[in-house]
Amino acid sequence: MPGLKLLEALTTPHGLDRYLELVNPMLTVRELRARVTDVHRSTSDTVTLTLRPTRQWRGFKAGQFVKVTVTIDGVRRTRCYSPSCSQYRADGKIELTIKAHPEGLVSQYLHRAARPGLVIGLSPADGTFSLPDTRSDPLVLISGGSGITPVLSMLRTLVDEGHAGEVVFLHYAYTEHDVPLKREIERLAEGRPNIRLAFAYTDAPGTGDLNGFFSVKHLRAVAPRFAEAQTYLCGPPGLMKSVRQRYKQAGVSERLHTEDFAPAPVAAVGTAGGTIHFGRSGTSATNTGASLLEQAEAAGLTPEHGCRMGVCFSCTQIKKTGCVQNLLNGSTSSEEDEEIQLCINTPVGDVTIEI
Amino acid sequence: MADTPVRLTPQQFEQLGKELDELRQRVMADLGEQDRKYIYDIIKTQRGLEVAGRGLLFLGFFPPAWIAGVAALSVSKILDNMEIGHNVMHGQYDWMRDPALNSKMFEWDTAAPAENWRHSHNYIHHTYTNILGKDRDIGYGILRMDEDQEWRPYYLGNPVYAFLLMLLFEWGVWAHDLEIDRQLKGETKWSDYKGVRKRMWHKGIKQALKDYVLFPALTGPMFVSTLVGNATANLIRNIWAFNIIFCGHFPTGVESFTEEETENETKGEWYHRQMLGSANITGGSLFHVMAGNLSHQIEHHLFPDMPARRYPQIAPEVRAICEKYGLPYNTGGLTKQLTSVAAKIFKLALPSRKKPTTPPSSNVRPLKSVAA
Repeated sequence: MPGLKLLEALTTPHGLDRYLELVNPMLTVRELRARVTDVHRSTSDTVTLTLRPTRQWRGFKAGQFVKVTVTIDGVRRTRCYSPSCSQYRADGKIELTIKAHPEGLVSQYLHRAARPGLVIGLSPADGTFSLPDTRSDPLVLISGGSGITPVLSMLRTLVDEGHAGEVVFLHYAYTEHDVPLKREIERLAEGRPNIRLAFAYTDAPGTGDLNGFFSVKHLRAVAPRFAEAQTYLCGPPGLMKSVRQRYKQAGVSERLHTEDFAPAPVAAVGTAGGTIHFGRSGTSATNTGASLLEQAEAAGLTPEHGCRMGVCFSCTQIKKTGCVQNLLNGSTSSEEDEEIQLCINTPVGDVTIEI
Repeated sequence: MADTPVRLTPQQFEQLGKELDELRQRVMADLGEQDRKYIYDIIKTQRGLEVAGRGLLFLGFFPPAWIAGVAALSVSKILDNMEIGHNVMHGQYDWMRDPALNSKMFEWDTAAPAENWRHSHNYIHHTYTNILGKDRDIGYGILRMDEDQEWRPYYLGNPVYAFLLMLLFEWGVWAHDLEIDRQLKGETKWSDYKGVRKRMWHKGIKQALKDYVLFPALTGPMFVSTLVGNATANLIRNIWAFNIIFCGHFPTGVESFTEEETENETKGEWYHRQMLGSANITGGSLFHVMAGNLSHQIEHHLFPDMPARRYPQIAPEVRAICEKYGLPYNTGGLTKQLTSVAAKIFKLALPSRKKPTTPPSSNVRPLKSVAA
């Protein structure tokens, strides 16, 4: 568009979006954002947000995730959430169901403060956890806790498609009251004999379709044909492990598709060790406890740098995952995709950094 | 050294470092929504003034509109370069994790490309502040601003060069990273600056195109009036920025240092050099904002990555620390500091009475094009 090019040339160096956002944050040329249009708190610790994305949104495949960015006390924080709605939702909006984790900065904030009108940052949908393009038969969807969202999106998508094949939906929660959107899920199965719902409660014996943690008995009871099905699994590490073991024993691991969502465990501060992965150069090194700049140089890399004392910000790079400690003030941080100064940060356990 | 600086004992240096580290830590831990709101309010004001200024120049046939337009655009450019650009590029707002205010991604409304600037300013100037032969901001390679710079007949033109630099400040900063003086001395080669030059052309053309072709053309018959208006706004910004910046390190009493005495510096000694190598300007809060808070150059040099709105808040504490250790805290009104700088520019045009020490060699590497 020549008109757009001219506008960009006139607004150089900041770009058009930096002006438009001051008038209306949803008026963007390049940046994808979304406005919260509806907030629904379905259980005591979950919140369901309906979002209207800006025109750059290209949709998602059921099971994929988006990155959501909010500003909390001046700092932008980004987290991944899987939409829980059907990928065919008619109004083009997306729905996120978010569980407020006790330690979760963003989930707590959204549970507490999300209101219609709030504008958040959004990323295009991403991830390989999605239904096969040719819908196979049968399908087994297993989830635990807040891992329900991507598989619920799959279930809703299949219903919208009028999918006639067998679908088993097995969900684990503490009690009945911890299942977000339980009514809606039950309504999906009404009048559809091909859909089998099973709710298993770990902390409320006798109240669910099944009791206690995942076991082979559960699987046999609700999905006797699991070995010939394609199975989609998302949940806490314990559940993931048990299901994976079961499928391995049955020799059908390749029919199990999984999505991890729990953060990786963080090493104790003060212990050197772990491995530094230098993502862009594809090398790694054992953490010695020295600054990341020194360790990168020891590994034969030559990252840009200047003062080597935290003043000039020349050596700032993106830490993809892991925890680092600031050598000047001792503070630690384990945010993903965080910019850090290499010269004044040292890894705490495993770290992946983009150099 | 110009004068004998106050000598502290190693224990005093250590204690000074600790006190300033603690002060910094206290402020940095307190950063939050109010600092974010502050910078976004400034940005809103700047963008508003810019749009208003550009708009008014469409009515440039009406002199009051032209004057108001140029005034709005001048203030917009001053805010953009000083309170926003310079400070954002220092990483003062990196903690917000906002790509729009990230030190590595921000570009400012001036000819100098951000990447070149960050190297010569954030790294070289702020790390090696006032070390002769290392800090290229002592005279920017064209002026004699310190007695220990060896006098040459070339420096007879000191006041003229300074005056021209003031008028063309934007392009002076643009060309700064070419280090022409070092190239002339044979310390570096033209080919060392390939990346620097590429960025210079790229940014310089975009800036010139915007101010001197596109906006004038958009105003149609007012082409010349808009072009002159834009040039005037750039000129006003140049004069203002030059004057504020020259008051930061060049008033009488500001110390310079040698490479030998700053070898193996401790953090406390580094802080000490930053304080003695900088000078403040007193004024009201509007003045400080328009100066990008570089009127708190001492606080800025102690903590270059602290959001600038915090400098006035910590200034009394920094001053008290200076008094406690018997260190000078160089401050004064704009007129006093400017007079002092002007006097120095004229005085140093002539050879010094005392013999200078051996001419310092330069051993700071030029900015190589950084592999992407």
